[in-house]
Amino acid sequence: MVENRPFLSFLTHLVLIVGVLIVVFPVYLAFIASTHGPTDFMSGLVPLLPGDQMVANYGYLLGSGESTAGAPPFTLMLLNSLWMALLIAFGKISISILSAFAIVYFRFPLRTVAFWVIFMTLMLPIEVRILPTYKVVADLGMLNSYSGLVIPVIASATATFLFRQFFLTVPEELMEAARVDGAGPMKFFRDILLPLSRTNIAALFIIMFIYGWNQYLWPMLITTEPHYYTVVMGIKRLANVLDGDNQWNLVMTGVILAGLPPVLVIIFMQRLFVKGLVETEK
Amino acid sequence: MASIDIESVGKVYTGDVRAVTDINLTIQDGEFIVLVGPSGCGKSTLLRMLAGLETISEGNVKIGPRVVNQVEPADRDIAMVFQNYALYPHMTVRQNLEYGLKNRKTPKAEIDTRVAEAARMLEITQYLDRKPRALSGGQRQRVAMGRAIVRKPSVFLFDEPLSNLDAKLRVSMRGEIKRLQRRLGTTSIYVTHDQLEAMTLADRLVVLNGGKIEQVGSPLEVYHTPASTFVASFIGSPAMNLVKAECQGDKLTIGSAVLSLNGYMPTSGPVTVGLRAEDLHVVSGDEGMQFAVDYVEELGSQRLVHGLVGDQSITIALAGESEIPATMRIGIDPARLHFFAAEDGKRITTADRTAAAIDVPSPVPVG
Repeated sequence: MVENRPFLSFLTHLVLIVGVLIVVFPVYLAFIASTHGPTDFMSGLVPLLPGDQMVANYGYLLGSGESTAGAPPFTLMLLNSLWMALLIAFGKISISILSAFAIVYFRFPLRTVAFWVIFMTLMLPIEVRILPTYKVVADLGMLNSYSGLVIPVIASATATFLFRQFFLTVPEELMEAARVDGAGPMKFFRDILLPLSRTNIAALFIIMFIYGWNQYLWPMLITTEPHYYTVVMGIKRLANVLDGDNQWNLVMTGVILAGLPPVLVIIFMQRLFVKGLVETEK
Repeated sequence: MASIDIESVGKVYTGDVRAVTDINLTIQDGEFIVLVGPSGCGKSTLLRMLAGLETISEGNVKIGPRVVNQVEPADRDIAMVFQNYALYPHMTVRQNLEYGLKNRKTPKAEIDTRVAEAARMLEITQYLDRKPRALSGGQRQRVAMGRAIVRKPSVFLFDEPLSNLDAKLRVSMRGEIKRLQRRLGTTSIYVTHDQLEAMTLADRLVVLNGGKIEQVGSPLEVYHTPASTFVASFIGSPAMNLVKAECQGDKLTIGSAVLSLNGYMPTSGPVTVGLRAEDLHVVSGDEGMQFAVDYVEELGSQRLVHGLVGDQSITIALAGESEIPATMRIGIDPARLHFFAAEDGKRITTADRTAAAIDVPSPVPVG
């Protein structure tokens, strides 16, 4: 559209650059803040150039943690978060791909009903059903455990729906060819459907990993032992000093630490994702 | 190798939709059967019932001595070639060919020999390590056939395997399928809506219409003695001209023209008469029928002249490039007329007539 017209070309670049700045600046600020000592914020001004406390801040949080604010070492919380996010992502993908497989490829009584019931749970995210879910998890003795962190959020109607839509686009003849070739349902699922869903799985993994990583309310409710804290909760703990000033340098260090893994996942998985998109296999 | 017995088979879908009615057919071992008919005539449904991909609502299907109604497709000893090939897109050609054998726990050495043999037969050896998407339509078609061949089944089922190919490729693949089937001697059932494919491939044709068999016979039998107006209009290109006429004694009245049947009296009263375009010829004088030319289709080897006799349209096939006047007179050897009952379209046959007049060329020996 914009051909050889310097002004429009300048304008489009300007808009894009401003957009990028708006997104990147707060992140930059957080990173800068995480490299300063605690006293550098007293003036009320946030410095714009890196300080010299970076190694100290990160070392302190990762190593010993801010125990006075009730935050365990970040290494532990990062591992907890990673563990939880991975379990949620894999759990959601395996459960939803299997239920979508059942709904699309099998004729069983109340199939449509089953689909709509699953679909309706879209209306019930964890925040809506948080009290009854808490009660159930508590009664089952799953407070302060990884299973308690993961299982209540492990079913996903969205993912089921996405896989269902994808399976519907797979030609029926593939299934018939596999039947003639002597592949039973699970063999067909493993040998044909799963490899074909690779790109969908990668995309969903990104979404679900970040969803799991960003869980805040639920982990906060059911974990009381610092041993099970996740990193997103940890930030809250850091920022929650009752008397005295917030140690913004440490809070920002925590933010950067918590934000890094999802970024890495996106950078790493996107390559897979794009590769899958380029090599369309249908 | 197996014969197939189809005994009063029918298919009713939920909601009482009937797709196939009372099909009886016995297929000899090694025979090439083509199921042909317009779309929605039930030919694919019938094939899929043989394959086990559709349940059989009525009747029995026997492959060899065994009733297979309840047998899984994989255990029916059949292989199927699908219209859109249905190759596994994420597997290489070799893996595609191997898949069925692996599932049957065939020893590795045996798999390798069979795949190599099939690849050589279909000339796809150099593509074995490619993925299907890197192949052209014709090559994919070969792979799909290869996948059927490696299994060495007793029956091949083809579901319109050539309809996704361009016209030229279709002709060459057609020849190849025929050659391959001869060579392997495997009983084959082939579904198509293309009457030309049906004519050229079949040992026996099964013409289906509305879920019922209209006619079963060798291509030439079906061509020369169509059992009904439906078969007459479906088999042969251009389609047989069907005109309304009146029989009185041995006189046949078509519009204003009166033809003499030389003493043959098939019926009396209204009748549908079939005239093959290639049996019609131009006559001189005032014999035959007045034919008003509408338009001409040039096919190179022959030309199709479309026009009207009275108010009924007729197509005649003429050779050469002679001048075509606006009107001419056309005639036909009375022995080459086909008579169908005016009410139900069934062929009117009398014994002496079929024996004497219709000259059915004997089938070309196979081999």
